[in-house]
Amino acid sequence: MFKQTGAISMMNLRSLPQRAGMSLATVLSIALVVAVLLGFLAMADGFQKTVDGTGSEDVAVILRGGSQAELNSVLSADQFRVLETAPGVATDARGDPLISGELYIAVDGIKRDLGTEANLPMRGVGEQAPHLRGQFDLVAGRMFQPGTNEIIVGEAVLRAFVGFELGETIRIGSNEWQVVGLFSTGGTVFESEVWADIGVVQNLYQRGSALQSIRVRLTSADAISDLEAFAEADPRLNELDILNEREFFAGQSRTLNTIIRLVGWPLSIVMAIGAFAGAWNTMYSSVDARMREIATLRAIGFSGGAAAMGTLIEALILSALGGLLGAAAVYLLFNGASASTLGSGFTQVVFSFSVTGGSVMAGMIMAIIIGFLGGLVPAIRSASVPLLTVHRSD
Amino acid sequence: MDTLYELTDLSKRYARGKETITIFEELTMTIPQGDFIAIMGPSGSGKTTLLNMLGGIDRPSSGSVVCEGVRVDRLSEGKLAQWRSQHVGFIFQFYNLMPTLTAAQNVELPLLLTKLSGKQRKERVATALDIVGLADRKGHRPRQLSGGQQQRVAIARAIVADPKVLLCDEPTGDLDRVSADEILETLQLLNKELGKTIVMVTHDPSAAKYAQRELHLDKGRFIEQVQESV
Repeated sequence: MFKQTGAISMMNLRSLPQRAGMSLATVLSIALVVAVLLGFLAMADGFQKTVDGTGSEDVAVILRGGSQAELNSVLSADQFRVLETAPGVATDARGDPLISGELYIAVDGIKRDLGTEANLPMRGVGEQAPHLRGQFDLVAGRMFQPGTNEIIVGEAVLRAFVGFELGETIRIGSNEWQVVGLFSTGGTVFESEVWADIGVVQNLYQRGSALQSIRVRLTSADAISDLEAFAEADPRLNELDILNEREFFAGQSRTLNTIIRLVGWPLSIVMAIGAFAGAWNTMYSSVDARMREIATLRAIGFSGGAAAMGTLIEALILSALGGLLGAAAVYLLFNGASASTLGSGFTQVVFSFSVTGGSVMAGMIMAIIIGFLGGLVPAIRSASVPLLTVHRSD
Repeated sequence: MDTLYELTDLSKRYARGKETITIFEELTMTIPQGDFIAIMGPSGSGKTTLLNMLGGIDRPSSGSVVCEGVRVDRLSEGKLAQWRSQHVGFIFQFYNLMPTLTAAQNVELPLLLTKLSGKQRKERVATALDIVGLADRKGHRPRQLSGGQQQRVAIARAIVADPKVLLCDEPTGDLDRVSADEILETLQLLNKELGKTIVMVTHDPSAAKYAQRELHLDKGRFIEQVQESV
């Protein structure tokens, strides 16, 4: 049976050039399906990876109760001062609490690739802010001076937006800022931000002394319960949401990730149905063109099963080629490519497409399923080619 | 001579709509081993249908086809395929070679159904191509060969597994006179030298002269004409 199937498969594959157009169309349509699926999955995985890497267990994010995102939250300077003395808040070597009151503002930036305006998050931060981001590293320049129009920018901002080179003065809205530092946070969403002194931001954007979020470093991940208990007991704090930073970001990303996947899979499946019809048609034509050959082989003594397997193998090889082509195209064109999307605060989160082994596997399985289903009926047909077709004169 | 085939009360009917077409009715004949028969007759007389039944690629409506004691018409599809691979070599009017395979690969096809090793298969293929005079064309694909050469490759394929009977359907129908004569001489050689039993369907009276005997099929009956072969 193996020898028979091998011989028939070999013949089928060698005769592919005679059906080059249709076979190529099948390979390309399957490649397109896999590419679309992998594109969406790479986007979702890349976004997930960026957001997953953001936030640590021992940092608490404090927002106004029920606000869910920083943009919707308002906190007062009083609340900040009370929290400075809360239990569970870690201190630095000098004994100062590791706490940062922050203001999060969407400003306009010019995208490098399209030259169009896009929202960019500017964060007003306190001097402790770098200590509240685990992998913060000032890769070039220096920290801004409090009370000045100086900014430091994340590496992803520099990659995606124009005018943020070190030493440049950039106009944002009606204010001019000088870029004095470039920072990295190990690929997390903070790299998509521009940081300035909280006092300056509050002043220029007329926010008085209001804050939107407060971040504190906890003495340990478990200390969050002490902080919660403290906040509940104090009437000035009992309307606050206190969240572990990692959970906060996971929650922020979940919706977008789900949307990407919810669009990606159904779109790919609809396209897969089209590719399946194409594969079916190609394989049907393949069997049709070889009716007399198949009948001759059967007359010689080859089994119907071997003829069917030969057809199925041809379909599977075409679909696997399509799958590999689609995966290779997405990998070469998009893997690691920088993209940005709206983050939770209607601002751009810059992330990289990430083509993972898991999504390549999903794409290949989809390709193989298309090939199998597309080849199944033609395979059955090739097993039941009437033997009398041997006398056909084509 | 031993009997190879025994056909008893063989009938073949086709349904065409509500009408039943009878090809032949209660045909009885025997074919001895080593025979070379040319079956002639007008179009639609059932020559090819008879050949198909001898080769086990069609079944009779009633009656029996017995080959060396085996009821061929009663074999299951799987057993029938196996029987065909061991007992019958087919030669078709349009050669029916696989266009993507070389002459040697085409000839090797029936041997893929045997337990022979690759080396043994290669030897058998070389012998078969040698017999038909195409040893030097083994690497050529069908489209690189003339019609006569393609038909000789088809003959090599038919004999490579050493079947007892060769069934030829208009083997020279697509060839010029010179090529046709070469093919018929080859068939005659296979009959005389290797003892192959040959049943050949043909329209061509000059082709039929190469056979030991001619059978004329007309209105479902045979009219035998014994002749001296060429």
